[in-house]
Amino acid sequence: MAEVSLNNVSKAFGATQAVEDITMTIEDGAFVVLLGPTGAGKTTTLRLISGLEKLDSGSVHIEGRDVGQYTPAQRDVAMVFQQYSLYPHLTVRENLAFPLRSPILKTPENVIAKKVQEIAEILQIPHKLDNKATALSGGEMQRVSIGRALVRDPQIYLMDEPLSSLDAKLRADLRVQLKRIQADLGSTLLYVTHDQIEAMTMATHIGVLEDGKLVQYGTPKDIYENPKSVYVASRLGLPRINILPADLFPGSHKGTQIGLRPENILQADASGDGIEAKVLRSEHLGDQIRLHLDVRGHAITTLSDPQQDYTANETIKITPQSPLYFDASGMRVA
Amino acid sequence: MSSFSVTEPSNRTKWFAGTLVILYALITMIPLVWIALTGFKSPADAISYPPKYIIGGESEAGFEPTLEGYVNLFTTRTRQTQEFLHANPPENWADEIVRQYDMVIVGPSKFGQRFLNSVIIGFGSTFLSVFLGTLAAYAFSRFKIPLADDLLFFILSTRMMPPIAVAIPIFLMYRQLGLSDTHLGMILLYTGVNISLAVWLLKSFIDGIPTEYEEAALIDGYTRFQAFYKVVLPQAATGIASTAIFCLIFAWNEYAFAVLLTTANAQTAPPFIPTIIGVGGLDWPAIAAGVTIFLLPVMIFTILLRKHLLRGITFGAVRK
Repeated sequence: MAEVSLNNVSKAFGATQAVEDITMTIEDGAFVVLLGPTGAGKTTTLRLISGLEKLDSGSVHIEGRDVGQYTPAQRDVAMVFQQYSLYPHLTVRENLAFPLRSPILKTPENVIAKKVQEIAEILQIPHKLDNKATALSGGEMQRVSIGRALVRDPQIYLMDEPLSSLDAKLRADLRVQLKRIQADLGSTLLYVTHDQIEAMTMATHIGVLEDGKLVQYGTPKDIYENPKSVYVASRLGLPRINILPADLFPGSHKGTQIGLRPENILQADASGDGIEAKVLRSEHLGDQIRLHLDVRGHAITTLSDPQQDYTANETIKITPQSPLYFDASGMRVA
Repeated sequence: MSSFSVTEPSNRTKWFAGTLVILYALITMIPLVWIALTGFKSPADAISYPPKYIIGGESEAGFEPTLEGYVNLFTTRTRQTQEFLHANPPENWADEIVRQYDMVIVGPSKFGQRFLNSVIIGFGSTFLSVFLGTLAAYAFSRFKIPLADDLLFFILSTRMMPPIAVAIPIFLMYRQLGLSDTHLGMILLYTGVNISLAVWLLKSFIDGIPTEYEEAALIDGYTRFQAFYKVVLPQAATGIASTAIFCLIFAWNEYAFAVLLTTANAQTAPPFIPTIIGVGGLDWPAIAAGVTIFLLPVMIFTILLRKHLLRGITFGAVRK
């Protein structure tokens, strides 16, 4: 395992700037999650590190060495593709053994057999080992493709939405497994996802990408509590952060927009303090209640505790707590 | 099964389709069966009217099978005097067959050698066409090649003219280069004709194989070439098999260039078989025997590759 650093990395496809001037260090043993919408440059970043794409400018260092001229094989990285890319002419066992049999690793057959069995058990597919790769369900294919990376001990694991097509239970299981394996082995991992629960639970660091640029890089707590912009603030938190004009609330403000996390809105009865809000809808989720409010034409989502049952059209009072302030362009000011 | 199904054809449709296919098969098979039967007839039975088409038996249409045609195909014979025949009893079963016409076998005919030439040239050029075609198709499919479209069109354009139209320049060129009547010359010629077909057919097959597999193999520690033969080739097997069959059929059947460019050394079977007609009358059984043997390699080759043709396309482990 090794430290991987990107220095001013850029890549364009024709007129599209896929990745622009990204500088980032993935520390040895870190679990870094890249967040961002489709087209933000997450997958391209992985492909640049793996060597499947050539850099336009900048450099990639793995364990201190500039790998710009290295082939993907020489870089010694493992990658899980979003499209599983299992070799269709091989069985599951052969697929898992394929990287171990490469001319670079040349693993002895008895070691291969042991590792393949181990990984198959972690991924709950030992009974499928002798199936053709094409004779699997989507979830099984995805697990085999994760397994094909995990059998190796590379400098870094690159994973492109590896859990996206699994059902909820398996996804939760594998999330825990992946995190455990990574922590046990001290692996370095760069992980692309849309799923903020995956990001928050597994990451040691999160990188937020916007239009090919790295807009913020830090610990999940840091990104959640101190977002640099509305864009970053909206990437984490469910329900999403409420972005409202600051003057909706009385008092002096440090910016033109105010960002309120749903859990940071204090509710009180109509007789209490705060500004008036009308309850539009309340959703019971068991452990919490989601309240959809209307404040002078602005929709606000907040959480209330399950004991406090407001009904539609009821008027309540709300008070913002630890607000985030942004300027008109969406940049954080306080 | 329900009484009405969108995907399953009705029984009546199946019967109709089955009957059609069997009829078509019969019509196309009859000439082949007729040729194969004629190979085992005597010259008299071969041209008898009404025709004889039942092996053995006493009926009007029955004939006694004989290997005369095959013996005549593979040997050269001379007529001998009765004294000579009495003094020298037949040495083997083949000799015995020709004795009934007062002949003796004096040596092998050229058919064996011509047939071998066909095998060397046919399979040699097929191998070369498919080998070069696969590499070229892979390059066109995967790499950014300057003027790729123009090059592909150029390769296709070599097919737009009937090859025989350039027979005379090729004849002169081959004489100059010393390629006339050589195996190498014929292999190169047939490869030149087939390569355009091979490149185009294989390119479309390789285009259909997602590049993700090779990328996965590159990451898994393999070089580009290793990824090509470990991951791309197995998946292109269907395309390679069908391309090989097309190439072999052309090279195997080619007649015009073989007549023009080969004589003593590298002559293939197609120009040789008609020469049997000129030797001692119309020996139909010998011609039929030659044609039957000539048909076999392509048939066997196709049957051997059938597994790959029918295996279907196994793409599907890449999510789209």
